[in-house]
Amino acid sequence: MRTNSTRRLLGAVAMACVMALGATACGSSDPADGGGGPEDVKSALDKGGKVTVWAWEPTLKKVAADFEKKYPKVDIELVNAGTGDKQYTALQNAIAAGSGAPDVAQIEYYALGQFAIGKSVEDLAGYGATAYDKTFTSGPWNAVKYDKSIYALPMDSGPMALFYNKKVFDKHGAKVPTTWDEYVEAARTLHKADPKIFITNDTGDAGATTSLIWQAGGRPYKTDGTDVSIDFGDAGTKTYTNTWQKLLDEDLLAPVTSWSDEWYKGLADGSIATLSIGAWMPANFTSGVASASGDWRVAPLPQWTKGDTAGAENGGSSLAVPKAAENKELAYAFIEYATTGAGASARVAQGSFPATKADLGSKTFLETAFPYFGGQQANKIFADSANNVGAGWSYLPYQVYANSVFNDTVGKAYISSTPLSKGLEDWQRASIKYGTDQGFSVNK
Amino acid sequence: MSAHVSSIPSNSTDPTEPTGSPGTAHAAGAPVPPRRRRPHTPLNPRPSVPLTLLVGLVLVYTLLPLAWLVINATKDQKGLLDSFGLWFGKDFNLWDNISRTLTYDDGVFVRWLLNTLLYVAVGAGGATVLAVLGGYALATYEFPGRRAVFAVVIGAVAVPGTALAVPTFLMFSGMGLTNTPWAVIIPSLISPFGLYLMWVFAAEAVPAELLEAARIDGSGELRTFFRIALPLLMPGTVTVLLFSMVATWNNYFLPLIMIKDPDWYPLTLGLNAWNAQAQTAGGEAVFDLIITGSLLTIVPIVAIFLLLQRYWQSGLAAGSVKE
Amino acid sequence: MTLLPTPAKAVSPPRPRARFHVRKQALAGWGFAGPFVAVFALVFLAPIGYALYLSLFRDRLIGGTSFVGLDNYTQALTDARFWEALTRVGLFLAVQVPIMLGIALLVALAIDSGRLYGKGFFRISIFLPYAVPAVVASLMWGFIYGTRFGLVGNINDTFGVSLPDPLSPSLVLASIGNIVTWEFVGYNMLIFYSALKIVPRSLYEAAAIDGAGEWRVVTSVKLPAIRGSLVIATIFSIIGSFQLFNEPSILQKLAPNAITSDFTPNLYTYSLSFSGQQHNYAATVAIVMGVITAIIAYAVQLRGMRKG
Repeated sequence: MRTNSTRRLLGAVAMACVMALGATACGSSDPADGGGGPEDVKSALDKGGKVTVWAWEPTLKKVAADFEKKYPKVDIELVNAGTGDKQYTALQNAIAAGSGAPDVAQIEYYALGQFAIGKSVEDLAGYGATAYDKTFTSGPWNAVKYDKSIYALPMDSGPMALFYNKKVFDKHGAKVPTTWDEYVEAARTLHKADPKIFITNDTGDAGATTSLIWQAGGRPYKTDGTDVSIDFGDAGTKTYTNTWQKLLDEDLLAPVTSWSDEWYKGLADGSIATLSIGAWMPANFTSGVASASGDWRVAPLPQWTKGDTAGAENGGSSLAVPKAAENKELAYAFIEYATTGAGASARVAQGSFPATKADLGSKTFLETAFPYFGGQQANKIFADSANNVGAGWSYLPYQVYANSVFNDTVGKAYISSTPLSKGLEDWQRASIKYGTDQGFSVNK
Repeated sequence: MSAHVSSIPSNSTDPTEPTGSPGTAHAAGAPVPPRRRRPHTPLNPRPSVPLTLLVGLVLVYTLLPLAWLVINATKDQKGLLDSFGLWFGKDFNLWDNISRTLTYDDGVFVRWLLNTLLYVAVGAGGATVLAVLGGYALATYEFPGRRAVFAVVIGAVAVPGTALAVPTFLMFSGMGLTNTPWAVIIPSLISPFGLYLMWVFAAEAVPAELLEAARIDGSGELRTFFRIALPLLMPGTVTVLLFSMVATWNNYFLPLIMIKDPDWYPLTLGLNAWNAQAQTAGGEAVFDLIITGSLLTIVPIVAIFLLLQRYWQSGLAAGSVKE
Repeated sequence: MTLLPTPAKAVSPPRPRARFHVRKQALAGWGFAGPFVAVFALVFLAPIGYALYLSLFRDRLIGGTSFVGLDNYTQALTDARFWEALTRVGLFLAVQVPIMLGIALLVALAIDSGRLYGKGFFRISIFLPYAVPAVVASLMWGFIYGTRFGLVGNINDTFGVSLPDPLSPSLVLASIGNIVTWEFVGYNMLIFYSALKIVPRSLYEAAAIDGAGEWRVVTSVKLPAIRGSLVIATIFSIIGSFQLFNEPSILQKLAPNAITSDFTPNLYTYSLSFSGQQHNYAATVAIVMGVITAIIAYAVQLRGMRKG
């Protein structure tokens, strides 16, 4: 426990610095504190060594091989240490134990705050990450940047779009919705035509809910150092709950949990007619729902106000360097390679959705035709969404926990007569309680 | 069943022979070798159709989900999604699925299988040895702290393991054991249930007089154990071995925390990693391989069970001793 | 093992029992039990000791670790989420354990009676579910419980009925009970069966000579003879019920709203420890849970062993 408390203590000290000095004096932009600057990174590359990477993103395999080819002295060991929260648990454990932490870890945007505030990941500003201020699209970049510190480099992004089963829409004469009101209409039309068809599946998903609130203009979370505020009563949230409550009340949502076997079946046989999800989804369609190839199309995400073009991010992850990493300079060199320039382009070519402006704007990328979507150039729609992601969104510095109790609270709205707004209030209360217990100043 | 009965050793004339033996009026086709002929008694009853049907219901209950597994191991990814679960799809892909399971990702499944065999051999084998020795000690010796041993074991087992996972991880990490096979093997060495089963067994199956007699003959304690006690403990030992093997084979939670290097994954973690693949952006859904892999995972357990089942028969020896 | 006494062969003592005196018994006893005890101490007692230590502290994301004495325990004793979870597994225990052990006992007796056709087949088939890995069990039961594409859905379609959703909040506990029963019937059956195998056959014979029918042999010979196994299977089932984790955790993916993160005490400690990083409080809840379970298990043991 000693190592653990030491870590927490360091976290607290660092936090005090952030609060008192705005992160300039204690922040790791001073290379002496945070390790190597760009020159050290270069010399580390010349020297070589081993970099252990914990990630589940499949396209990193090729990038690791390319990197080893380019720098023969470097050995990249790519380890799938679990997906999402399983990996975070492993990471927390390794950090607490003081050994066994990787040199690079994949961390989703929503979870990064927890590692940043605990100072368990390295501030990359001092390594040269500040140079990428203009490289990444705004959603991902804002998600890795806290004041002047940069805790990770964005690896991919998930601007949202509407995936819809064109065959089902055509068959029942439903109109592809451009607004959420039309979406509710389409839901009614389809379900009435065939009671087995649902507009989408939803059993309560924290990521999807927060993303749609984000698109609707809600900004429930605000974090300033250890001051946190949570408010699910703002106008954007209300816009979301009003519409979604209709879908719930009229039983228009299939009670199928995403990523289950049954979900894949529903996507294949047309009983789940649309998905509002991140732009990384095509790869999953191609491999998981191969039999429905040609049925599906992509459309812009429906809007809360007619004529708007608001987008939001759903998912996506970054690469960070844990404080406990053994070879931080080399680790940084690898994530720099994997997230920018040639490495990023190589990953995009394999189906990863880019977080870099250059790749997002490239002609090849935009004009890629997806045979799965009937030859549609779907990336144009995704890119539009990425460029229109609403600013000013932030997650809680303990979003991993908050998301883990989403179904305990908001989930009630899906299985009982509890209104969605009441569910969100309960979620807010549970999040406040946890934050307060953990020493944050929440809603004060 | 025939193998079972025919393995009965020398006591074939023992009138207390318990297994279903055929009588003169035996129903035709019963799978028992017609070696002996005796009238049916409560001890040597004739097989009963109603009872078989009744227990058959339990059998259907236990096999139905497994039928799903076998049937679906014959389907490809597409067939899994668009055909009815309890019947075969259009194509029969079992052999193809097996070969793809064994070769997917550079044959990593085979590596996981070998890891699992290692964990089972050392972990479950060791667990059985420790449980047999410990249970025998508890049953046959009066030693200070004897009563406390079991109370402490039950008390410790009653503490939910999920909350102990992190302390255990931190300890093992301090000892440098995480990410090595030892992190899986050492915790597998303890089978609290095995200990108790062996205690109860030894108390009933090893008569104190027999041990006493051996001591008078000058046999050392170890020798007495191996020569006299161990054969009598065989059915219990086999049961404990089987349970430990299955438990180690299916061990999931602790390896999940302890092992981060896929090269040391047991099959369960590997299958989970494949399952998780379908749940991530850009991941390849391989439900077909998961199902086939699961089937392959169960096959060795069945084989082990079949190999071990003749040893239950030696329980007869214990019974005869008690007469 | 080297501690084992080796009595001299030549000596032929007048009172044999005196040869094997207390000290040698102790040495032999600990010699045989030693390996188990040592490993047990490492993998069970040490982490529990660590957890006891942890339970006296509180560690926060902001503010670090502080000694809080027994505060965590007072919090646990008044934690509504914990008690609700405990009540739920208590209900589960009261219903599922008797059903499961009852079926297991019946099957074991049936196989042991020799009145089954193909008993070897029964024995292995009924045991098999215990060998199925959790990830597979989740896929299988996900299919069976599915109201759209699953077996339940198919029955509904075929027979025009509408079976209730097994994963709805009101039924989910029963559905979990079904899976647990499925998994462990064979396991418990084997315990009973292997206990029946060492019942001295002479006892049956004596009973038969007395004219006892088959059922009478069961109740007056077989059941008393395997009392120890019945008690221990009950105790371990109680512990298993209180520690219910795998099955709800698997089904949680399919029914995230019906199975909350504090559905069972063990899920609750898991969520505290892993999602919430509240290791100290999780350790406290685990210890409280362990004490409660141990008391109940001990009471069952006393009661079960005393009778007869």
